[in-house]
Amino acid sequence: MIDVHELTKRYGDKTAVDRLSFTVKPGQVTGFLGPNGAGKSTTMRMIIGLDAPTSGSVTVNGRRYAEHAAPLQEIGTLLEAKAVHSGRTAFNHLLALAQTHGIPRRRVDEVIELAGLQTVVHKCAGTFSLGMGQRLGIAAALLGDPEIVMLDEPVNGLDPEGVLWVRHLLSGLAAEGRTVMLSSHLMSETALIADQLVIVGRGRLLADTTVDDFIRQAGRQDVKVATTQAERLRALLSGPGVTITATTAEELVVLGLDAHRIGAIAAQHGVPLYELGQQTVSLEEAFMDLTSDAVEYHSAPADTAARRAA
Amino acid sequence: MTTATATAPTTTAAPARPAYKVTWLRVLRSEWTKFWSVRSSPITLVTALFLLVGIGAIASLTFDPAAAPGGNDGPPITDGAISLALMGTIFASLAIGVLGVLVSAGEYSTGMIRATLAAVPKRLPTSWAKTAVFGVVATIVTAAGALGAFLLGAAILDGEAIAMSLGDDGVLRVLAGTGIYLGLVGMWGVALGALLRSSAGGIAVLVGMLLIVPGLSSLLPASIADNVTPYLPSNAGQAVTHLNQAADSLGPWTGVAVFAGWVAVTLVAAAYRLARRDA
Repeated sequence: MIDVHELTKRYGDKTAVDRLSFTVKPGQVTGFLGPNGAGKSTTMRMIIGLDAPTSGSVTVNGRRYAEHAAPLQEIGTLLEAKAVHSGRTAFNHLLALAQTHGIPRRRVDEVIELAGLQTVVHKCAGTFSLGMGQRLGIAAALLGDPEIVMLDEPVNGLDPEGVLWVRHLLSGLAAEGRTVMLSSHLMSETALIADQLVIVGRGRLLADTTVDDFIRQAGRQDVKVATTQAERLRALLSGPGVTITATTAEELVVLGLDAHRIGAIAAQHGVPLYELGQQTVSLEEAFMDLTSDAVEYHSAPADTAARRAA
Repeated sequence: MTTATATAPTTTAAPARPAYKVTWLRVLRSEWTKFWSVRSSPITLVTALFLLVGIGAIASLTFDPAAAPGGNDGPPITDGAISLALMGTIFASLAIGVLGVLVSAGEYSTGMIRATLAAVPKRLPTSWAKTAVFGVVATIVTAAGALGAFLLGAAILDGEAIAMSLGDDGVLRVLAGTGIYLGLVGMWGVALGALLRSSAGGIAVLVGMLLIVPGLSSLLPASIADNVTPYLPSNAGQAVTHLNQAADSLGPWTGVAVFAGWVAVTLVAAAYRLARRDA
């Protein structure tokens, strides 16, 4: 459990995190979302005490991080920035961290295997690719067999195989009942794995909700249906509170009826369907709508306009 | 609660989570591992030993009894063979000091400090442990190097008028003192690296204070220089590395105490910065 309360961090006259409050609940996967520069990394650094808050407080399992007897056992962290001496081998890096806690060497070997680092474990960390470096960071995060795992942009820069590996690892950790907090600027990626969402922009809390609720509220609940008899189906589905738009000659996007109901109506009237499904593409769009006012670095106006129109 | 030492096998099949705990001893062990697992440590230590023993050997070999006694440039004859044998101390001090800076500043330049402080969020133990590990290693290694340099020099100069043996008055004090001085230089390097969080900055200040500032102090008016010069870090610290003290020098152990004071003040400043500033 991570409890962030009115957390604020100012650098000079710039406010990176602004009276942020949220809770990461035990046994859940919490996605920590926001555009670049929203204050996600700063918040995570404050959670483990690397940065001191200007005001407000944050506790991990009921205490300030530094007050724990074995902090690595409470929460394992992967930060975005590299946190390893480039001249030290992966094994010695993990061993030195383990030794601070009296974590046995056996556990070091375990996390090496878990992270798939066996073949490079005696190479200097400075020679590692981005993916290997990320695996080493995750191995370090798991050293203390922590209750909470907090990862800052864990899939950033990884190849598809690495992304898949991280996703499986995180689902595995969640399945074991561990608390997982991961930050990302990608809504679609996060929605695949998270239960809970904490969305920030410009250091402020924009939403603290579940993935399901976010989809329900944000997604327009569009259903895409493709049929050879588009005109006929359109007439059948029409009614109060139902909006139907045609995207192509054989495709309709229906708002106001769920896929279940549409399928039933089509079957009842013998209209052949060859595609029927809830639209999920609007997720990223909804996220952008929510955060568009809080984006730190706007892209060119033309681009933004195109995105809005899409 | 502290059953989980690194050597003792722990909870082989127990379902309960092992009770890990950060302790001073464990932080020391971690810093020990960190020190020896970076290539620059053994390389620079060997370099320091090589400078200490090698330069001493060259100085002893090239000693010319006919030229030395009346010469202006030679070492004071009263210090005899030991001053020749330890001619490399200044060069070794640069190697040791630079390694000290790298040990602490390297954490910042590579980002390792974030992992270190995540593991030991109370922070200060890492700083003390790092300083202690390197201080002890540097003291022991360089004291052994000084002994080696002396024995080599004694063998080379055997039969000369200035020859000395281990049993001579003050010889052991000078050899141990050389180790203590170089150990303190190493700890000062660690403190400067941690205070400035920069290898280049730490090395510049260290070299400047050890080598350049003492020379500059001769530019001061004599009345001021006489009161300042003996207290400068290298002047104070090196008093113990000479058999006989020059007239304007501090006593050997007073000198060590003054230099240790410089190191302590820098360490406290570094600790303050570590505790207060974002990493």
